[in-house]
Amino acid sequence: MDLALIYDNWELFARGLQNTIILVSCSLLFGGVLAVPLAMVQAYNVPVLGKLALGYSYVFRGTPLLVQLFIIYYGLAQFETVRNSIFWPVLREPFYCALIGFSLNGAAYASEIFRGALLDVGKGYWEAAMACGMSWAAAFRRIILPIALRKSIPAYSNEVIFVLHGSVLASTITVVDILGAGRQLNGTYYVTYEGFITAAALYMAIVFTLSLVFRALEFKFLRFM
Amino acid sequence: MKKTTAIAIIGLMLGHAASAEELTIRWGTEAGYKPFMYKTSDGGLTGFDYDIGNAICAELKATCTWTEQDWDGIIPALQAEKYDAILASMNITDDRKRVVDFSERYYRIPNRFVAREDAPIDENSDLDGVVIGVQRATIQVGYLRAKWPKATIREYPTWDEVWLDLSAGRVDTAMANMIVIQDSFLTTDNGKGFVMQDTNHTDPEHFGEGTGIAVRKGETELAKKISGAIQDLRANGTYAEVNSKYFPFDVYGE
Repeated sequence: MDLALIYDNWELFARGLQNTIILVSCSLLFGGVLAVPLAMVQAYNVPVLGKLALGYSYVFRGTPLLVQLFIIYYGLAQFETVRNSIFWPVLREPFYCALIGFSLNGAAYASEIFRGALLDVGKGYWEAAMACGMSWAAAFRRIILPIALRKSIPAYSNEVIFVLHGSVLASTITVVDILGAGRQLNGTYYVTYEGFITAAALYMAIVFTLSLVFRALEFKFLRFM
Repeated sequence: MKKTTAIAIIGLMLGHAASAEELTIRWGTEAGYKPFMYKTSDGGLTGFDYDIGNAICAELKATCTWTEQDWDGIIPALQAEKYDAILASMNITDDRKRVVDFSERYYRIPNRFVAREDAPIDENSDLDGVVIGVQRATIQVGYLRAKWPKATIREYPTWDEVWLDLSAGRVDTAMANMIVIQDSFLTTDNGKGFVMQDTNHTDPEHFGEGTGIAVRKGETELAKKISGAIQDLRANGTYAEVNSKYFPFDVYGE
């Protein structure tokens, strides 16, 4: 173990850490926003849309994330029409391809969590809301969705950790995330452990922080349940 | 009479013992480097490195096996004794010499930039904002970083992915050795419209003394045997025979 080597390259790891944090938090944001309607149409059996959402979740949960990432990054770039389209400035960048891949994949998993939570909200809540004169939409927005999201917190915290660990795949398409930084260090100095161990320590530190945050969230939002 | 028989028997036993200790070399390699090491359609290994490796074994009367390993783990796996020597077009550099020992070189080929024919790279500028694709953990990375610190360097797991992104336009140029560019890119569909630039890059500080066979640190005996075999192959014409199978010129270099 060459600690001085790691210290000398702290800027490399700082850049990796920054990229991982941005990538994971944006993926969670976009994935989460996409997951709510996907969960709704499935939970309430909306015709056509419900089936489409089911298909979406089946495809993205049924194939490995690495394969999805390669299809988005290398696959799409093979088509002349894609390269000439208005989407190319985005799809050209490895970082955005990773972001798109992780968001779409994360949405599929999160939608399953939310769907389960929505179905788990007792009938009584609906009846009470209706009895107060709320419309379906108002009851959903003001009563049902907040309860469902709160109930999702424990399962969702797991999902966040999975997205973080899945984000290492970004390094396979040249993004310098935490693992990418570790690999670059190993590759530049022909060392074996230093890069990986530093990466592992950084991931553990993030997971530790995340679990503290989620424990606080659970304490705050799940107290009444 | 009895004495001579006894000596003869001892001699036979010794001879037998010596042949039982026949040399075994386990080669480690990476098969994504046409035409040096790649796979045939049925999955077997082939290429210049493969033929040279087998010729060395024939010369040393050694038994040889081949093990494949991804490039960025090729030295760690050698140290973990997954194999005895790396025969994978590895350039001899000072950085690598710190962790492994090398045989003498078995070939040396210059590096060049490759770019779109209608968008050549100005190698005399600082390449500010130019995106260069390169395989991770290769000597080209160090050279590019030192010479063009302002360029953006993207590191890929294999050259195949560099070529995909070069043809897709995600990177502006790539630097690799001439033969790799020629055989694994320019002659493929992806390489249409691309050309090699004219300047040879051979800076020995980065590109070293050429391409050698790496063994674990301290195993100089094996390295010496391999170096000797390479010289023998040069002398007896086997090298030239293998060379002509793949290249129109002598890749051993001056």
